[in-house]
Amino acid sequence: MATDNRPLSPHIGIYRWQISMVMSILHRLTGVWLSLGTVALIYWLIAVAAGPDAYAAAHTLFGSWFGQILMWTWAFSLFYHLCNGIRHLFWDAGQGFEIRTFYISGYGVWIISTVLTVLAILFVYMHGSPP
Amino acid sequence: MAEFTLPKNSRIQQGKTWKAAAGARNIRRFKVYRYDPDSGQNPRMDVYEVDMDKCGPMVLDALLKIKNEMDATLTLRRSCREGVCGSCAMNIDGTNTLACTHDIKDIKGDVKIYPLPHMPVIKDLVADLTHFFAQYASIKPWIRTQSPPPDRERLQSKDERAKLDGLYECILCACCSTACPSYWWNPDRYLGPALLLQAYRWIADSRDETTGERLDELQDPFKLYRCHTIMNCTRTCPKGLNPAKSIAQIKQLLVEREH
Repeated sequence: MATDNRPLSPHIGIYRWQISMVMSILHRLTGVWLSLGTVALIYWLIAVAAGPDAYAAAHTLFGSWFGQILMWTWAFSLFYHLCNGIRHLFWDAGQGFEIRTFYISGYGVWIISTVLTVLAILFVYMHGSPP
Repeated sequence: MAEFTLPKNSRIQQGKTWKAAAGARNIRRFKVYRYDPDSGQNPRMDVYEVDMDKCGPMVLDALLKIKNEMDATLTLRRSCREGVCGSCAMNIDGTNTLACTHDIKDIKGDVKIYPLPHMPVIKDLVADLTHFFAQYASIKPWIRTQSPPPDRERLQSKDERAKLDGLYECILCACCSTACPSYWWNPDRYLGPALLLQAYRWIADSRDETTGERLDELQDPFKLYRCHTIMNCTRTCPKGLNPAKSIAQIKQLLVEREH
């Protein structure tokens, strides 16, 4: 019986999106985005070390509207990855696998990471010196 | 590597519409995945208009009504029609479940039915489970002992037996494994939730004497550790079991024996 020509049944295109898989893929994406953020952080550190002109350039870049949006996404990524990472630690300890608990902790991560992001942004704009 | 789009021969085309008999008042539309290996054509979605006044409550009732009264070429697996055999596992309304225990009333709008996701399709709703069952055989799903056989049965206390609750009920319908994105991307090397739950079922059995060997077999970056606790498996299990938890318990045993 020939089997190699068989079609592959549809998968991600037809599967109903579940909070479970959305949160998992977002954990991965925020992790990747944070790794890229470290490159931006290193650029900023080098600029600090390289003198006033380089620092001014970096400051302009991160202070622009585009730079600020990037900073917000990194702030959210950090808090989301942190909160969901703690959730992963509970799973590694064998806790939180009942569907109800799983959903409560999932929505908790959304709420806490959003609140922390908003608080961080408010803190920066009230106490920091955005350009 | 994750392949998000379907290969050319698998892309779904528009199919035929089968009208309900004249005079039908309570019509629901069933969009069903069709693939005929003899036609040489791509899969298609046929639409069947079913008269719900003359149809049983479950999705399987509607599929059999279609097969009996409208289109005898529709191909699907079914046997027990009461959620025990696992034959009629398919993707219904976006998630995997058993057609025989899924109430049509729980679905809003058109009822979309596909075979189990990311599997080779033999015909229509029949997925090829050869690889799935080969993986099942690889975990050696039977009691293995080293001590000489006792005069009578190998006995088990009530507490030891209770450890198999939530594990022995698995009917190997493959709903969970084919709901798992990780299994979609690595079906050849990752065992998937169903078979890891089965693997844990034999680890948890007090009569089995090869726990160490079983854990050795699973200590592998792909077989076990492609599980990222996505939880689609537990969410979709038609028997209400918790494969994700079983996988976590295997991971815990692997950590514990290192210390």
